[in-house]
Amino acid sequence: MTDSKLLLEAKELSRFFGDTLAVNNVSFNIKQGEVLGFLGPNGAGKSTTMRMLTGNLAPDNGQIIINGIDLLDNPKQAKACIGYLPETPPLYKEHTVTEFLQFCARLNGIAKKQQKTAVNNVIERCGLTDVSKRLIANLSKGFQQRVGIAQAIIHAPAVVILDEPTSGLDPIQIREIRQLIRDIANEHSVILSTHILPEVQMLCDRVQIISKGQLLFNDSLQMLTEQMQSTAILVGFSQPIDTQALNAINGVNNVEKIDEQHFRLSYLPEQNPTQALLKNAVENNWPLTSLMPEQHSLEDVFMKIIREEDAHV
Amino acid sequence: MFNIARNELHRLFLSPLAWVILALSQLLLAYLFLTHMDYFNSIQSRISAIPGAPGVTELIAMPLLSNAAIIALLISPLLTMRTFAEERRNETLPLLSSAPLSMFDIVIGKFFGTLAFFLLMTLLTVLMISSLAIGTTLDFYQLSSGVLGLILLVASFSAVGIYMSSLTRQPTIAAISTFAILFLFWIIDWASHSTTEFSLFSWLSLLKHFEPMMQGQINTQDISYFLLIIFAFLLLTVRRLDRERLD
Repeated sequence: MTDSKLLLEAKELSRFFGDTLAVNNVSFNIKQGEVLGFLGPNGAGKSTTMRMLTGNLAPDNGQIIINGIDLLDNPKQAKACIGYLPETPPLYKEHTVTEFLQFCARLNGIAKKQQKTAVNNVIERCGLTDVSKRLIANLSKGFQQRVGIAQAIIHAPAVVILDEPTSGLDPIQIREIRQLIRDIANEHSVILSTHILPEVQMLCDRVQIISKGQLLFNDSLQMLTEQMQSTAILVGFSQPIDTQALNAINGVNNVEKIDEQHFRLSYLPEQNPTQALLKNAVENNWPLTSLMPEQHSLEDVFMKIIREEDAHV
Repeated sequence: MFNIARNELHRLFLSPLAWVILALSQLLLAYLFLTHMDYFNSIQSRISAIPGAPGVTELIAMPLLSNAAIIALLISPLLTMRTFAEERRNETLPLLSSAPLSMFDIVIGKFFGTLAFFLLMTLLTVLMISSLAIGTTLDFYQLSSGVLGLILLVASFSAVGIYMSSLTRQPTIAAISTFAILFLFWIIDWASHSTTEFSLFSWLSLLKHFEPMMQGQINTQDISYFLLIIFAFLLLTVRRLDRERLD
């Protein structure tokens, strides 16, 4: 994966709105076949960054290179390599699905002979076959979102940029859209913005956390999961146990009493006391009922990263 | 670019607005056509003896084209108000601006889309006039001069309307301000009373440049005036939309 082609490179992007700094010196890149998750609270600068990547907003500073083409120098060629779905899907509601996608195919300069195939292809891929003759205005929000995605991938762009593709949908629709995004990721590189954390866990290879216009974290999902590993186990007994006895176990650093029967044992990394605890439990006849390694949720890590940064400032 | 023009026209005809406007304007023009014809019939016997008296073209065709110009003045704000204001309100502009097109392509495309509608209206009016050719002879040179004038005039209306539409996200505001500007350009020469001296106000007037073409005079200064208006407002639109990207 390391030597696969760089499809999009953003260097030192900054953007002011009046006096407010919306995006501050953000640099990142995306390789072929990668799904990059853009994570951040509302108003963090996600949408601003995406609008800059798609040429809808000029950065005050920095450079964007798409597929080897500079977006600011050659906007037409660079934009041809990008498919974009803004937060509100840009749809002409008085069109039928097929009409609209035909227009998008022409708009993106697909050769006349291939237009029909491209439209049919994308209708099938996005599961729009049953509604292809209906007016977009009469479709449900989930289907409208699908048409929006179809519009973004119709010209088989190198990079697909989706701004909060699952916002405002019901849980079933969310699942379907996620499935669709996973499908798309097989052929295109995807940049996805969201404030829903599990979505990132499910879809992305790499995660970027952005807050107040600054990039706080940029690494693979694996690294993020590692940060989620905690150094504590939760144990429960059916009768009260002496804290001192637990503290004496080899490797246990600190015992936190949750209630009479439940404890949180923290340990130093590389010194997992689980085996020792089990041995002790058997020897001393402790009625152990539960034993569980504690895991931070993505939420915790996210909050931690954002809070750490705030502390620095 | 032509794709945008085509789409613009297509969307225009998907809404009832275009059909209603086309139908009602034809109804009005047909009525006016009949009144002009009636008037011509009533005076025909009196003027037939006078040598060099105005003919059918001057008494029916040209007044009808002037009427068509006034109807175009009234309906063009309604047609152009949607172009950018509605796109902005429905947030569909990113679809066009993230496609491999320049702002110029988009603006020109919208302009030609709107113009195509007016051409259709003009064509219907010309067909109405041409029906006279069955019974009499028409001065086709004067007629074509008048038609060219009308086309340039409605093209200027469209350019102004598109610019006003790019300024706001409320189609109604775009329509009202377009109408105000066009009307001002129409009557601005009322301020100048002298007919011989050059006056800025009368030079600015759309009507002052349209009238000679109705009489069959094609002056380069009139044509360049219209082209200047068209290009100026289209370039202003491009600049306005580009500025949105910059700040």
